[in-house]
Amino acid sequence: MLKILKYSFFDLMRSRWSYVYFAFYLLLGIVLLFLNNDLSKAVITLMNVIIVLVPLIGTIFGVMYYYNSKEFTELLLAQPLRRSSIFLGQYLGVALSLSMSLILGLGLPFVFYGLFKSNAIWDFSLLLITGTFLTLIFTALAFNIALSNENKIKGFGYAILLWLFLAIIYDGIFLMTLILFEDYPLDKLSLVGTMLNPIDLSRTLILLKLDISALLGYTGAVFKQFFGTSFGIIVSLITLVVWVILPVLRILSKSKRKDF
Amino acid sequence: MVSIQNLYKKFGKNQVLGGVDLNIDKGGIIAVLGPNGSGKTTLIKSILGMVIPNKGDISVMGKNIKHSSDYRYQIDYLPQIANFPSNLKVRELIKMIKDLRGHTTEDLQLIEAFKLIPFLDKKLGNLSGGTKQKVNLVLTFMFDSPLIILDEPTTGLDPISLIQLKQLIQTEKNKGKTILITSHIMSFVEEVSDEIVFLLEGKIYFKGTIPELKTKTNQPDFEHAIASILTNNHA
Repeated sequence: MLKILKYSFFDLMRSRWSYVYFAFYLLLGIVLLFLNNDLSKAVITLMNVIIVLVPLIGTIFGVMYYYNSKEFTELLLAQPLRRSSIFLGQYLGVALSLSMSLILGLGLPFVFYGLFKSNAIWDFSLLLITGTFLTLIFTALAFNIALSNENKIKGFGYAILLWLFLAIIYDGIFLMTLILFEDYPLDKLSLVGTMLNPIDLSRTLILLKLDISALLGYTGAVFKQFFGTSFGIIVSLITLVVWVILPVLRILSKSKRKDF
Repeated sequence: MVSIQNLYKKFGKNQVLGGVDLNIDKGGIIAVLGPNGSGKTTLIKSILGMVIPNKGDISVMGKNIKHSSDYRYQIDYLPQIANFPSNLKVRELIKMIKDLRGHTTEDLQLIEAFKLIPFLDKKLGNLSGGTKQKVNLVLTFMFDSPLIILDEPTTGLDPISLIQLKQLIQTEKNKGKTILITSHIMSFVEEVSDEIVFLLEGKIYFKGTIPELKTKTNQPDFEHAIASILTNNHA
């Protein structure tokens, strides 16, 4: 598996898009720091960007890489390699190279700005950890979609829909439900609702850490009340891990039964 | 060497293999023939584990291949269409396959034989169909495995390379290897194969030597014998 990971990783590292992605974050980091001059404010702005952008890039890259490397995959399938190591290797190759672009792209400007001397270092680290989780989750979801759809156009369509749903539509529906059923106790429902969407979960996690009650919103407040700050952070981190494991398991079982 | 029992495979509603039983003994060249869509490639891909059968058992060298991947160390496979990652160089591809599969020194000889040296630093996406097929052949023959599977090996090859391919096949056969070939070029099949297996609509219609086929169909030459099977069955 490590060999496949290595090849996928270096294949992506040579591609133009990794550099574009890296450069974008580099630019974003630099601009935010110079315009804001305040590290914790920059972290909040970054959170809003990361939470929407990372899932989008993860899904698109995941689907694109799977379809583009079809030939490579077929070549590997005829070799004495297990299917699980081929697909897991490719998945990790994509997810890790995207995470690296994110971590280096944002990390470098902040390090030069003097992150290590600042109090915001833990907030910032948590932001990068969450970004990495979102990359892992959405790349895995993208691989699932691509494995289930032979047709490229369909695969891309579903991938975009998935992102649109989780990043935007889900919140709308969620809010509507809360308004419609406001006469009932909604604590449990909103708790479950937050857990079921990795994007919401990440937002809550970061806001809990930043301890900005005004930005928490209803679900965040419930979350905080129910779990408390530190336990809430642990619970949401565990849920994010589950969100990575489940799609990865489906990649493994789906790839075992597929014909090439 | 390879034993296939009661193999069924369906793609959607399309029944491609409908109960194939086949035993391939060690040594010799076996050609798998059949019209387009008769299931040749599906049969080969089932042996390689790339296609998962709906029913039936396949064993390679006495071991059931289900849930196993190590048996592929015993197989060299030449895919039908040489689809390679287009942004890799020829040299990198060869190095990568060697890295994945084990060390070999045969590749240098093969690169020399197929005159691929000027192409080593070119990207695979920029190569012509015939050159890609030569790279494909190098990748297949550079390992010393007892079973060789060639899916349409002659595609796109020029006459000189074709002669080299035939020599290569003979050398491997003389080492006592088993070689499985599919091809639509009847003269090529007649020249190289010891035995043929004829697939028709997902079943084995005939298995035996070429003279046996000629007697069975009452035709004086091989090409007409094949044609007569097809016309009699589709008339």
